[in-house]
Amino acid sequence: MTGVRLPHARPYRAGRVSWLIRPRGVVAGLVGLVLITALVALSLRIGDFPLSLAEIVDSLTGTGGNHFVVVELRLPRALTGVLVGAALGLSGAITQSIARNPLASPDILGVTSGASVTVVAVIVASGTVYGGASGPLASVGVPVAALAGGLAGAVIVYSLAWRRGLDGYRLVLVGVGVAAVFTNVKYWLMTTGDVNDSSRAMVWISGSLSGRGWEHVVPVAYALAVLVPLCLVGTRVLSALRFGDETATGLGVRLNTARALLLLGAVLLAAVAVAAAGPISFVALAAPQIALRLAGVAQPPLVVSAVTGAVLTSAADLAARTVFAPAELPVGVVTAVLGAPYLIYLLVRARREARS
Amino acid sequence: MSALRPRRRGAGVPAALVVAVLAAAVLSVMIGAKTVPPADVWHALWFPGGTENDIIVRSLRVPRTVLGVLAGVALGVAGALMQGHTRNPLADPGLLGVTQGAAFAMVLAIIVFGVSDIYGYIWFGLAGALIASVGVFAIGAVGGRGGPSPLTLALAGTAVSAFLYALTSGLVLVDEQAMDVFRFWQAGSIAGRGAGVAWQILPFIVAGLVLAMANAPGLNALSLGEDVARSLGRNVTATRALGITAVTLLTAGAVAACGALAFIGLIVPHLARALSGPDHRKLVPYSGLLGAAALLLADVTGRILARPGELEAGVVLALLGAPFFVMLVRRRKPVRL
Repeated sequence: MTGVRLPHARPYRAGRVSWLIRPRGVVAGLVGLVLITALVALSLRIGDFPLSLAEIVDSLTGTGGNHFVVVELRLPRALTGVLVGAALGLSGAITQSIARNPLASPDILGVTSGASVTVVAVIVASGTVYGGASGPLASVGVPVAALAGGLAGAVIVYSLAWRRGLDGYRLVLVGVGVAAVFTNVKYWLMTTGDVNDSSRAMVWISGSLSGRGWEHVVPVAYALAVLVPLCLVGTRVLSALRFGDETATGLGVRLNTARALLLLGAVLLAAVAVAAAGPISFVALAAPQIALRLAGVAQPPLVVSAVTGAVLTSAADLAARTVFAPAELPVGVVTAVLGAPYLIYLLVRARREARS
Repeated sequence: MSALRPRRRGAGVPAALVVAVLAAAVLSVMIGAKTVPPADVWHALWFPGGTENDIIVRSLRVPRTVLGVLAGVALGVAGALMQGHTRNPLADPGLLGVTQGAAFAMVLAIIVFGVSDIYGYIWFGLAGALIASVGVFAIGAVGGRGGPSPLTLALAGTAVSAFLYALTSGLVLVDEQAMDVFRFWQAGSIAGRGAGVAWQILPFIVAGLVLAMANAPGLNALSLGEDVARSLGRNVTATRALGITAVTLLTAGAVAACGALAFIGLIVPHLARALSGPDHRKLVPYSGLLGAAALLLADVTGRILARPGELEAGVVLALLGAPFFVMLVRRRKPVRL
C-alpha cells in the first residue's frame, strides 16, 4: 500500500489491522464531544432554579443542598437526551447506508411508526376508558408499548422485505407501504378520541424528554454499550456497500448476513431510543446528513452521526425547556427548528463550494 | 436496464383504467348512508327535480365524487413526476414542503386570523403550499448554476417540511380548536366539502395537469442522466422547473382541499409503473387514472365499512392499498426508477 496517497485520510497499520484516520472527521467528532459536555453542563445549570457551577459540583459529589434537583431531575434528563440522540443518529446512519438513500430513516424500518401507533392506541384507549392515563400506565405502559410496537413493526417490515436476501430497494418500498398503514391508523386513532387525548398523543409522537429519570437512562445506556461497538464493526461493510452489491460481494462482504445484522442493530437502537423518549423527529434523518457534510465524506460516518445526533437532541431539549419557560415544548418540536436551518445552510454552502 | 422490458400493449391498459375510474365514480354516487338506485342517479343527473335522492346526488355525492377524481388524478400525477425528478422511490408529492406548508398556513389561519370556514382555510392552504415550495426551490438554487440537483432539492424539502411540521405541532399543542381541525385534516378525507371547493381548486389542478403532460418527454430524457439529457438538446433547468411547478400546483390543490393525502402520490406511481414501465409519457397519465380510481374506491369503502358513519378515505386507502402494494413489491421484481 505504500505510495498510495489519499487526499483527506491517513492510513495507519498495526500488525494485520489497518485503518484510515480522516482528520476532518476526527475534529468534527471532538468538537461534538466538547459541545455535548457544554450542553449537559448548561442544562444542569439552567432551570426554574438557576445554579452556579460550584453548586452543581457540590451536588454531584453529594454535599450540596441541591442534590435532588441536579442528580434526580436534571442530570437524568440531560443524559437521556444525549443517549437517545446518539442512538437515533447512529441508527439513521446505518439505515441510510444500507438503503443507499439519504431520505431513509428508521421510519422506513417500521420502528418509529410501529411504536407511534401502539402508543397512540394506548393513550386514546386509556383516555376514554379509564379517564386519563396516569401513574403506572403512563410511566411503565407507554415505554413498554413503544418498545413492543417498534419491534413488532420492524419484524413486519423485515419479514416482508426478506426474499432470498435483503435488497435495499425492496426494503425501502416495503418500508414505505408498512409505514403508510401505521401512520394512517395513527391519524385515524387521533380522530377517534377526545381532543385532549389527541394533544397528549401529539406530545408523545413529537418526542419528549420531560420528566425522564434514571429508569430511562439506564436501559438506553446498556443498550448503547452493547450495540454501538457491534455496529462500528460493520463500518467496513457499510463503506463497501456504497459501491453496489456486486462490488461489495467482490470485496468479500457476505451481503445478506452483514445487511441483516446491521439493520438489526439499527432497529434495536431506534426501538430503545423511541421507548425512552418517543420518536424524536428529524434527528435520525438529519444527523447523518449533517455529519457527512461536516466530516467531508461521501457516506454517513457512524461515530460522527451519533455525536451529531446527541448534540442536536441536547441542544433542542435545552431550548425546549428554557425558551418559553415555565411552559415546556416537546423536544421533537425543537429538533427540527434547530436542525433544519443548519442542514439547509450546509446544503447551500456545499453548492457555493462546488461552484468556486 | 432490465427494467426496460420491451412489451407491446395497445390501448388496453388506459381503457381499463378509464373504465375503472368511471365505475368507481358510479359507485361513489350510488353508495352511502342512503343507497341511491342507478335509475334515480340517472334521473337526478339529467332531469333534476326536488326529490330527496335528487338532492343527495346533486348536492352531496356528485361534488364529493368530482373532488375525489380531481384530488386522485392530481396526487397520482404529482407523485409520478416527483419520483421521476428526484429518482427516489421515497419521494412523495409533498416532499418539497407542499403538504406541511399547507398545514402550517391553515393552522396559522385558525389561530392568528380566526378563520373558521373551510373556504377560508383552503386559500390559506394553497398559499402556504405555494410559498413553501418556492422557498425550497430557492434554497436549492441559491449559490449554484444550472438549477438545483434533485438530491439538494429532496434534502432541502425534507428539512423545510420538518421545520414547518415542528411549528405546526407547536401551534396545535397550544390551541385546542386548531388541534381539532388539524387532526381531521391530517387523516385526509373528501367528505363534506361541497361543490365550491372543487371549483376553488380546479384551476390549479388543470394548469398542473397541462404542465405535467408537457413535462413527461423531458423527464424521460432526464432519467437517462443530466449529461445525456443535455446532449439530447434538453434544457435541464427548464425541465426541472416545469416539473416542480406542475407538482406544486397539483399537490397544493389536492392537499389544501382534502388533507394530508400525499402518500397516495407515493404509492400509486409504484403501482402504475408496473403497468407502464419506465416511460413517463405513459406513467404520468396511468398514475393519474389509478390515483383517481384508488381514492374513490377507498372513499366508497370507508362509507360501507363504518355505516352509517364513515372512515376517512386516507385511512382506508392506507389499510387496503398499502398491503396490496407490499404484496406486489414482494411478488415482482420492482421496476426501478
